[in-house]
Amino acid sequence: MLLINCPFCGAREEHEFHYGGQAHITRPADPEQVDDKAWADYLYYRKNTLGLQAERWQHSFGCGQWFNALRCSQTHQFKAVYKMGDDAPEGLS
Amino acid sequence: MQKYSFFKLLQHSLSHHKNWQAAWRNPAPAREYDIVIVGGGGHGLAAAYYLAKKHGVKRIAVIEKGWLGGGNTGRNTTVIRSNYLRDDSARLYEHSLQLWEGLSQELNYNVMFSQRGLLNLAHSHHEMSTLLQRHYAMIENGIESEILNMQQLKKWLPNANLTSSARYPITGAIVQRRGGTARHDAVAWGYARGADALGVDIIQQCEVQDLIVTNNAIKGVETTKGTIKADKVLLCAAGHSGHLTKMAGLELPMVSVPLQAMVSEPMKPCMNTIINDSTVHAYISQSDKGELVIGASNDPYLSYSQRGSWQVNEETLQAILELYPVFSRVKMMRHWAGIVDITPDRSPLMGLTDVKGLYLDGGWGTGGFKATPGAGDLMADTVANDKAHPLVKPFGLDRFTSGRLVDEGAASGVH
Ligand SMILES: Cc1cc2nc3c(=O)[nH]c(=O)nc-3n(C[C@H](O)[C@H](O)[C@H](O)COP(=O)(O)OP(=O)(O)OC[C@H]3O[C@@H](n4cnc5c(N)ncnc54)[C@H](O)[C@@H]3O)c2cc1C
Ligand SMILES: [Zn+2]
Repeated sequence: MLLINCPFCGAREEHEFHYGGQAHITRPADPEQVDDKAWADYLYYRKNTLGLQAERWQHSFGCGQWFNALRCSQTHQFKAVYKMGDDAPEGLS
Repeated sequence: MQKYSFFKLLQHSLSHHKNWQAAWRNPAPAREYDIVIVGGGGHGLAAAYYLAKKHGVKRIAVIEKGWLGGGNTGRNTTVIRSNYLRDDSARLYEHSLQLWEGLSQELNYNVMFSQRGLLNLAHSHHEMSTLLQRHYAMIENGIESEILNMQQLKKWLPNANLTSSARYPITGAIVQRRGGTARHDAVAWGYARGADALGVDIIQQCEVQDLIVTNNAIKGVETTKGTIKADKVLLCAAGHSGHLTKMAGLELPMVSVPLQAMVSEPMKPCMNTIINDSTVHAYISQSDKGELVIGASNDPYLSYSQRGSWQVNEETLQAILELYPVFSRVKMMRHWAGIVDITPDRSPLMGLTDVKGLYLDGGWGTGGFKATPGAGDLMADTVANDKAHPLVKPFGLDRFTSGRLVDEGAASGVH
């Protein structure tokens, strides 16, 4: 089981959390104006990164807050957690 | 190819079984092939077999980075069925199921296909309604399905907890009698042996590291054993499909996550069917060796590591004990994970791509073992004719822009 560092509550076990997938996906500002390809990109296409991915987690059985994390998809290791709306920390690998 | 038969078995027993011919060769890769298939799992090997057998393609290579069937083919829980909801999927999986029914004869290899029936259990009126929707959709598609009441269910599942005092009492079920299991390795090996006999080069321990694309057409692959030229390349790499298509500049709508399974110590026969339960959420069958084969949900997060988290196993076993309190003292022997490629609508990604000569057979997620013969057959047709077979057509990448998804969120389940 993963030990995940909630930025609000500290380290807690994985089953208190809900996984929210890839982070920093923005909804096209004017959906009427984008073509089908761009809309499909937004809805369905994910980077599926092999390596370090920025992703969202929710501490659903704790404080209930969403936050972002940088986690490696090969080792599962969390390299950093940071708040929603903040940019991903750089220089990690 | 040396044919297997009772007579041969007898004959070879005289020489203590020391002189059996190797089931396939171990060739070095040639510099060029007509078709290169990436991935030596069931799908890649089946496609190679049908390309050689039905379409007479002479120069085919299957390139596998590990060993044959070492991916999800050798990690899956082998549930085979065609009880899907949508017409497109029903046709696809039923085509495959029919091929399973003659596969051991076709390959002269015992794939141990055993049609022991697959039960889907319901715990409430609403769940039964959902199952009935699927049941009637199947009947409309010409696929058999039966409804079981509690009396009948007791005969099917003598050891299960069917009492009304259960935490989530069972209220009914549907069954597909033609559903069943097969021996996963045998499927890979049977197709490999058949393909090899037809001249296919199977190259193991060889990783594809890049796809060579010029003027938007595929020209070959870069591998750890050198450059291999080909004007047609078929990707059958399951959880690694997206990683591979990126080499040709194509993104795929899928995420790779671990799916775990486990087996118990072998026991005397106590269960002669497969049970799937979506409420308590687990499925179980008993292998011919006597092990209980158990699986459940995938781990939620992106991963390429072929392992998952412990609590998923715990929840799975809780669910099994809910159905089968009698198994509470059974010891689990092994557990493992495979990386499955899950699409937004839980249907596969098959057919042509934007790169000429590059074909895709992936996105099978948690349930592509049952499709092995069908996908192999249909992708062989698609690659040979450079045109999506009618059964493959609905599963193209264009469905994500057209919005014509094949939503199998419920029926795909986890196996
Ligand atoms: C735990 C578990 C239980 C499952 N249960 C069921 C079930 O009950 N019923 C069912 O129908 N399905 C089930 N599935 C799904 C099923 O296993 C897969 O959908 C199916 O086996 C996919 O077959 P494949 O040949 O496409 O992939 P694989 O068998 O994974 O083969 C892909 C191959 O590609 C190779 N490869 C990848 N990248 C490269 C590269 N760069 N170069 C060379 N080779 C490469 C890999 O090494 C691998 O051998 C389950 C899966 C898991 C993990
Ligand atoms: Zn918290």
